[in-house]
Formats: sequence, structure tokens, C-alpha cells
Amino acid sequence: MPDATELELIAQELRADPGLGQDAVLGTLHFRDRGTIEVAPAHIRPALAKLRGRGYSFLSSVHGVDYHPHEPRLGVHYEMLDMSAVDRLTVKARVPTEAPHLPSVTPDWPTANHQEREVYDMFGVVFDGHPDLRRILMPEDYEGHPQRRDFPVGGEPVLFTFNDSQ
Amino acid sequence: MEVRREPLGAEVDPRALRIRQTTSRKLLRGADIEGPNPGAHLEEGKLEGEELERYVHERVLTTTLDKAVAWARSNSFFPATFGLACCAIEMMSIVAARVDVARFGFEAFRASPRQADLLVLSGRVSIKMAPIVRRIYDQMLEPKWTISMGACCSSMGVFNNYALVPSDKFMPIDVHVPGCPPRPEALMHGVLKLRKMVQEDPDMSWRERYDAIGTEERAPAFESGRSAAGPPTFDAGSNGGEAPSGA
Amino acid sequence: MTETPTQASPDTPAKSTYRQMEESITLAPIEEQIADWGGGHETQELLTLNMGPHHPATHGVLRLLVTLQGEVVRDIKPIIGYVHTGIEKTAEDKAYWKVIPVLERMDYLSYYFNAMAYCTAVEDLAQVEVPKRAQYLRVIHLELNRIMSHLVWLGTSALDLGAISMFWYCFREREQILDLFEMSSGQRMHTRYFQVGGVIEDIPAGFAAKLKAFVDVMPSRADQYNALLHGNEIVLQRLRGTCQLDAESLLQLGVTGPLLRAAGNPWDLRKAAPYSSYEDFDFKIPVGTVGDNYDRFAVRLAEIYESVKIISQALDGLPDGPHITTDRKIALPPRHELATSMEALIHHFKLVTEGMRVPPGEVYSAIEAPRGELGCFVRSDGSSKPARVHMRDPSFVNLQALSSMAEGSYIADLIATLAMLDPVLGGIDR
Repeated sequence: MPDATELELIAQELRADPGLGQDAVLGTLHFRDRGTIEVAPAHIRPALAKLRGRGYSFLSSVHGVDYHPHEPRLGVHYEMLDMSAVDRLTVKARVPTEAPHLPSVTPDWPTANHQEREVYDMFGVVFDGHPDLRRILMPEDYEGHPQRRDFPVGGEPVLFTFNDSQ
Repeated sequence: MEVRREPLGAEVDPRALRIRQTTSRKLLRGADIEGPNPGAHLEEGKLEGEELERYVHERVLTTTLDKAVAWARSNSFFPATFGLACCAIEMMSIVAARVDVARFGFEAFRASPRQADLLVLSGRVSIKMAPIVRRIYDQMLEPKWTISMGACCSSMGVFNNYALVPSDKFMPIDVHVPGCPPRPEALMHGVLKLRKMVQEDPDMSWRERYDAIGTEERAPAFESGRSAAGPPTFDAGSNGGEAPSGA
Repeated sequence: MTETPTQASPDTPAKSTYRQMEESITLAPIEEQIADWGGGHETQELLTLNMGPHHPATHGVLRLLVTLQGEVVRDIKPIIGYVHTGIEKTAEDKAYWKVIPVLERMDYLSYYFNAMAYCTAVEDLAQVEVPKRAQYLRVIHLELNRIMSHLVWLGTSALDLGAISMFWYCFREREQILDLFEMSSGQRMHTRYFQVGGVIEDIPAGFAAKLKAFVDVMPSRADQYNALLHGNEIVLQRLRGTCQLDAESLLQLGVTGPLLRAAGNPWDLRKAAPYSSYEDFDFKIPVGTVGDNYDRFAVRLAEIYESVKIISQALDGLPDGPHITTDRKIALPPRHELATSMEALIHHFKLVTEGMRVPPGEVYSAIEAPRGELGCFVRSDGSSKPARVHMRDPSFVNLQALSSMAEGSYIADLIATLAMLDPVLGGIDR
């Protein structure tokens, strides 16, 4: 886990990169010995490429979080792992529900294929450039994005004898 | 059905009684235990049409040939290999050596539903899977039975949410086995109960043993046209008690 | 992917959108590729076979759309979601310790690992110290679960390959392990034994003796499996040299666990980033050379021996102490305290009704499950229910490697590869 100073150095490097620019990194957070870098959604692909150059060559996980009621609501986390230094780094990108578009990192990181489909299925984040963006866990014709916070948990009332409507 | 109050020993053969207590309970409830179909009058309202016929057909003893056929069928279930989730691992355990289902003759798990007659729904049925389960059930040939194994398919189980469907909603189930996951012994108990059912000797278990057939809860109002007289009230003290409605 | 609905002609009914979507999965790129391979002048067609969700060899409800050219697999499209249970959504609705039974049922062969990943994440968030005895007990149960998962894998894989009697041998050992689980927690599967801060109960008297007996007998049993399978010509022919994939492609695809180790990369989180006292134990990491099916098979079989070593070391060195953290805001106080201490009563009440409160934050914590890296992401907003729980399941990510592995091989090799991949659909679909 990079310590706080190294996290800032990484953020500085990202900002200094000509492909990214000063506004690419929106913030850093060092919490419980783990570092998180928040990146602007449009710059996610070059940011991950730069981190790969820095040694974080394994993308462990791509998952979504719904930050309701804080805007921008939908966040996508990219968990990076540096295997030689055993270092983990989280890269975050947040998009609003009105324009939930993120460039897909699948061309660079094939592991993100199914994982981005899952984020699309569960949260509705559209990944531009994904080779096959379809629902993966829910039926193809399902409406709604279940893991958003305002989607009801659902379920059936348990059938007892008194409410046996069958 | 009316309550018949008879003094002990008048027309009732004492040798037919197991214990005094059962006699008085029988008299109080007036259930026609000696008849061929002890529970039928109560189950009528629950099943309709083809399911009712199937229920009656499975329970009414007709001829010796039928009894022989039922005996053969019950001792040679061919379960379909249909494991969905965690309960499937416990279903595999009953095939394994400790709780050996081959003792009873059920070890021939067929992969094709057309060759199987027992569908053990083991695991949670998600909405994506439900039509497929139904299709597999439809592909099975009569006579076929289903066991809903585990809490997730019987009711919603641990997960009462948008993604699951209780199996009662889309297919008829014969035996529900509770548990999460049920122990292999529990599943075996469920299978053996099904076996008894198929042998046209439905084991109502404790209700039969204690002659308490008339004590099931019933929903207040049926659509089947029976009088909605409310749930039967059982007053242990008074003899005359409210008669449970229905024939 | 969206198409306009086709007009209903007098003979054919209008297609539902669902049908259109299903049929819109096009094989055009594959057909182009076939043309490149020179399949144009041959009269061989591509056959798309649906190895449907109900199939004896798919290890659960996995649907594979296999495109075949003769008997050679050209493309595989896995379709999942048939046992999707909405576990992560359900977990948002429950207090922190009530999430544990829900999450356990995710990857249903490695239930202790699911609970462990979640508990380590919450312990990180809440900054709870797990006592040493609890760590050792956790390691014992985790390694027992690893052996059990590998045994089920071995039994069912051998069943797929045709070596049917292996199934009974593996399940014989599995029953012994489940007896141990039942002894320590009362349940065979999904035991809810791991809690935030430690384990729910200390091991009963007699557990240590039974565990020692098991540990003494297990290596000889594993030798039996070796004797039955390793020298078997059919198993060797089916597994050696088939469906190989090198470590670099596996890393690109995010594959971890025995699959990666079979390809030669000794990445194991128990050694690389030790958690829960794994650094106290001396064990090796089995690593393969080529990365074909045989290596995957051999690596898992060797891991059983290593797990037995870890368990015996943990059992010998089991320290005394509490079995769960003494922080009363996280763990229930022991029942005898409820009669004497007012604070214990209040803590008990608050924990049972509301649940523990965890400071706000986000944590991703990963452990080494039998199938690879099992990560748990927990986001807490300060209340007594988690705001987001996500499990990074190893099988979900490993499944993406299936098409790369099995391309160009026969259907029988596809079945063997699927068996060696060890997918557990509960984890894939969550």
C-alpha cells in the first residue's frame, strides 16, 4: 500500500503527464493504509496506462458504487495491483446518472470485459468502446439497474396459509 | 360435516382404536378416518381441476395392479441431475457414501429430463432460470414428481429480493425440504416421504399418527365456492364446539 | 445492439424484443475468421451449440454458446446469470453481522473464505484487532475449507472425465471435514463461524483430537487419489498438453489462483501479502510449468498436502486467548457478563437490535481463496448497515479465460478445461 507521500507523488506524476493534464486527478485519499486516486472520467484510460507503466500491471477488480445521494452518483472503482511490490491502488471515476458514460478500458485490460458488463447491468454506467456491452447477470430484457440505491430490494411476501393466494 | 357424538364402545369397535385419546378426538372432530380418503374433504378446496385429479389419483387405492405399479415406481425414482446452487452440493452428498441413496434404488441420476422422473430443485431459482426450469419440468414425462430442496426454492430463503422466484409460483411441488442447505439426511427424509406418497400411502406424519387430520389451518375464504365460515375454532373444553365448515 | 422491431408478416408473428436481442448476438466476426482460415472452399459450416444451463458437465448453471467447426471449438461465449441472487443488494439491507450469512452463500464451496474476506474488510474499516487465537482458528478453518473445495473439485472433475469412482473417495473425506465443521459451529455448510473480530465460538473439547486424526490420515488419502489418477493413462492423455495458456495472457485476463500458479507464476496472497498469521506457518506454493490442464490438476492436488501442513502447524501452535475481540462495540459480550454488568447488557442490546456502527470509508481487502483472489469491497456510510458490499469473485474473472484456453481444441478438451477451471456459479453470478 503506498503511503501518503508516495500517493501524492503518483498523483503529481499523473497530473504532470502531457496526455492527462492538471484537471485529470480530482483528488487523493489515504485511508486505512490504502491509497485512492480520483480521476476525471474522460481520462481514465490514459491514467490506467500510466499506472501500468509505473508498475501497477494487474487490474484486480472493476466494480461500481452508487454514492446516492451525493453527486456525481455512480462511481466505478478500478483496483490496481503491483505484483512485484505487492502494492494496491484504487482509481475512482464518478459519473452522474444523467450522462453515465465512461471510456471502456477493455481494449487495454481484457480482464475488465465481464466486470464492466456487470457494472453496466447493475448500475447503468455505459462504457464507450466496450466490444460487447450487454446485460450479464440479469435477463437481457430486464428494465432497471438493480444495484442502484433507489431500486427496491424487491422480493415476495412469504406464502403462509393465511395469505396463500394460490 | 357434522360432529357425531357417540359413547365409547357403542358402534365403535374397541379393537380398531389405538388409544382412548384418539377416539375422543375422532369423535369430537367427526373426521371420517376409516374412509378411503381421510384427508380429501379438507384438501378439496386447495387443488383444482387437473391437479385435484392427480392428487386423488395418487391417493385413492384402486386395484392391486395399481398398487404394484406404484410400488415399482416409488422404489425406482430416476432423479434428474439438476443442481442449481449450494443445495446441489448436499444433493451430491446423498449420492456419496455416507447417506447412500443407492440403498433405496435412487442412484440412477439421469442427465436428460426425458429419462428422469424426479426433479430435485436444489438451490435458488433466479428469474433468469425460472423459465428454463419450467421447460425442463415440461420435458419430463408423466408420472413425475418434484422435490423443492432447501429454503431458497421453497420460500424465498435467505434472500428475499428481486432476483429470486419461489418455485411454487411456476411449477407444482410435491415435497418441500426445509434447510439451508438441508442435511443429506433431511433430503433423504424428504425423498422417502415422497416415496410413501407415491405408494399411495401419503404419510401425513404426525397428523396421521395422532389422528389429528382435522386440525390443519385453512385460509378464511376460498374461491372454490365453499362457505366462508371462517377458520375452524377448536375449543378444547366444550364438546359441542363450532363445526369446521365444508363437507 | 438495438434493432427496430421487425414487421409482423401474415405468417410469422412479430418477434419480441427479447428474441431480437438474443438473435442479435452475431457470429459475423467468427465467420470472417473462418473464411480467413480457408474454410471457404470447404463445405464445413459453423455449428453453434448451446451447452445450456442444464447440463451435467457445466458445474452449475453455466450456459456456453460453443461455435464448432466439426469437433473443433472456434469460439465460446459464456452466458451467466442463471443463479444471480442479488446477494450484494440484499447485503446493503442488513446489519453488518447479518451480512455474513448472506455473503457466505455466494461461492458455496468456499464459504469460510467469503466470510473471511468480508470480515477482514470490516475489521479494517472499524479498526478492530483480531486476537491471535482467533487468527489461528480462522486459518485452520480456512485451510480445511480449501481442502474441502479441492476435494469437491477433484470428485466432480474426475466425474466429468469419466473416472467416476473418484467421486465417492473425495466425498468420503469431505464428510470427515464437514464433521469437523459441524463440531465447531453446528452446521455443515454455511456455518456463520467467522464474525467481525474473530470467530463466534471457541472450538469444543475433542475438536483438536479429531482434527489431529484427520490431519494424520489425509496425506495418505491424497496419496490414494494420486495413485488412482496420476498414473492413469486416460487422465494423462486427456489433460497433458491440452488447452494451454501462458502466464502473461492469464495476467491480462485477471486470472489468479491455481490457474495462474499452474502457468508458472507463483502468486499467492498467503505468501505475498500475509493476512491472519499466515506468515507464522511454513508451507510451499505448488507451481506448474506449462500451464496446461495437467498442471492445473497437479497444482490443486499438491495444494491439498500443503494445506494439511498448515493445519497441523496451526493446531500445534494454537495460542490461548479470546476467540473474538474484546471490543464490546463490535462483538457480543459473553452471556455470563449480562447478569452482572450493566454496560454489557446495553452493549448486547445495541448490538442485537441495531448492529455495530462502522466509521465511514471504503476498503477493498483481498484473500487467497481456492479459486484465486477473493476481494471484498465494503463502503460504509457510518450507519449500522453497509452502503455497498461487492465481492470480487475469482471464478467470475477466471471464466473470461475459458474462450482463450479452449479455442482450437476439441469438445472433450473443452469439458476437461471447464473442469480444471473450477468455476463455481454461485460466485460467478452472486
